[in-house]
Amino acid sequence: MTIQFNDETFRDDYSFKNSQRAIDRFPFPFHEDSYMYSVNMEQHQGGPSDSIYEKRFDVDEHYVAEMRDRAMVLADDPLRCQSLPHMTLAGWDLLELIMVSKSEDYPALFELHRDGDNWHWINKPLGIDDHFVFMDETTLPYGPMEYITRQTQGDFCVLDQRDENLWMDAGMITTQADWSLDFDIGMNFFEWHAPVPLAHEKGIFIRALKFLLSIQQGAPARRLNWTMTVNPLLDTSPENYHKWGIQKTSVTPKNLGSKQHLRVELQTFFRLPRSNALVFPIRCYLISFQDIVSKVKWGRRLHRVIRDLPEELATYKGFIDNRPMMLEFLSKYDDGLETSFGVWPEEGTEPPLQK
Amino acid sequence: MSKFQFPESIRSRPVYGTLQAHPGKSHLMIADSEGAEAILDLAQRKNGLMVNSHIIFIPKGTDFGKSLQALNPAQYYEGPSYPAALTRIQRVLADAAMGLQIYLSGTEGLMGQAQNEAMKAGYDHTAIQTEHRGSVARRMQCVHCKGITEDVIMDPFQCIHCGLNLFVRDHYSRRLAAYQAVCIDAEDPGNVPPSVELYS
Repeated sequence: MTIQFNDETFRDDYSFKNSQRAIDRFPFPFHEDSYMYSVNMEQHQGGPSDSIYEKRFDVDEHYVAEMRDRAMVLADDPLRCQSLPHMTLAGWDLLELIMVSKSEDYPALFELHRDGDNWHWINKPLGIDDHFVFMDETTLPYGPMEYITRQTQGDFCVLDQRDENLWMDAGMITTQADWSLDFDIGMNFFEWHAPVPLAHEKGIFIRALKFLLSIQQGAPARRLNWTMTVNPLLDTSPENYHKWGIQKTSVTPKNLGSKQHLRVELQTFFRLPRSNALVFPIRCYLISFQDIVSKVKWGRRLHRVIRDLPEELATYKGFIDNRPMMLEFLSKYDDGLETSFGVWPEEGTEPPLQK
Repeated sequence: MSKFQFPESIRSRPVYGTLQAHPGKSHLMIADSEGAEAILDLAQRKNGLMVNSHIIFIPKGTDFGKSLQALNPAQYYEGPSYPAALTRIQRVLADAAMGLQIYLSGTEGLMGQAQNEAMKAGYDHTAIQTEHRGSVARRMQCVHCKGITEDVIMDPFQCIHCGLNLFVRDHYSRRLAAYQAVCIDAEDPGNVPPSVELYS
């Protein structure tokens, strides 16, 4: 299908919106009426037609606007994109992976022509048409990782693998949920996850690391994670928290449905062929509460998940203060009826709201 | 007693030990303030260690200098501050040969920064010994302006660079040799709780 790219903003006037298609394919993250951390990994080998899982790197209606927002973040703070010197090869691996995937998955939007090391890359939505020499940094306007991730939705962590651990040694991080690449760069898997509550004690990170270390080329994996964001703000960085934090207090019972957003991360994991690094894209999808409750099952379920979430998690995810107001809104969409198992909205079979 | 038992903490914060004399061709010891006591203890436990030792000491108002000099190390240097001693430390590390043992003692800020220099010179951080002594003050990086505030003992505190009110987050970066500091009143400007001493 052809994608109509939205002309929209993720700051100031927040003109971001989801079309009906975007709502229908939103990655609702709760497969049951409660939530706790788990190593919820599965293979990333496609998915239902037109779902966000179908392609290796999903391109949607927000693509052009998200790339515009990324360019603004980088102009304000170039430290959001960093790569330690030994990670350049992994950057080329990543560039190749994305160019090959996008040109195969979206031939109408992206083209890659290769003649030996002489490559020709065409990105139609962003109006880019570049010739360069693969593995020759001087032929690109940025380093390879920065070049390609300025053209790809989602944050990117490029992880070096050594000493039976993963090291956050490069990244493009402009839409992060409260963590700083500039602070965490160079850390190992346990160190950069240090501030996450409960999960260490549950052994989550030990199991997750074991899984990730064994990911093979051509067999990527994925999982979902989620948090909450007031306004469709992509740049919820700690760097700018002193500027955006105040927005959390702008929610009222009247505007909550449009201001409060569920923020879902599609995290995928790909082994890179030359460097043996692991790339970990974190793709952010935003949806307002009023759009979520347009799916009866999602409205019922979100109310129960938020209501029953342990306090530590609501605090860590940054919405403990607004939780009562969120519940007041969501309770109107929960009639206590049973929900079917799984994340899909099941609009044909789920009973209509009884209140 | 200058030793402090740190409470159980998160995974990114360093764990400090007790300096042990390791066999080596030469020994580099970098300490500040009460960190001198760890070197004095080490020298007492291992005769002859000082013959091949280079001590770099930053007194920070303490008077351990004379006792350290009395150990008769091969080289002794006393600097007025860590930044003042830095180029010397870099030079010593650049000249270091195989078999150099590195010992760091004193405040977290001193050990973190010196460890960072050693890592830049190619030493694995796990091969560098550390022993905490003296102040439990932390070296803090403001996540907003990136400025470093040294010797932070009160939480919250004010960033000496940008002036924001910051709280001490229990998250440590070896590369920056600093803990993370985050604005405490972003969601309610001006509402800053009274400062309390760290670990109190």
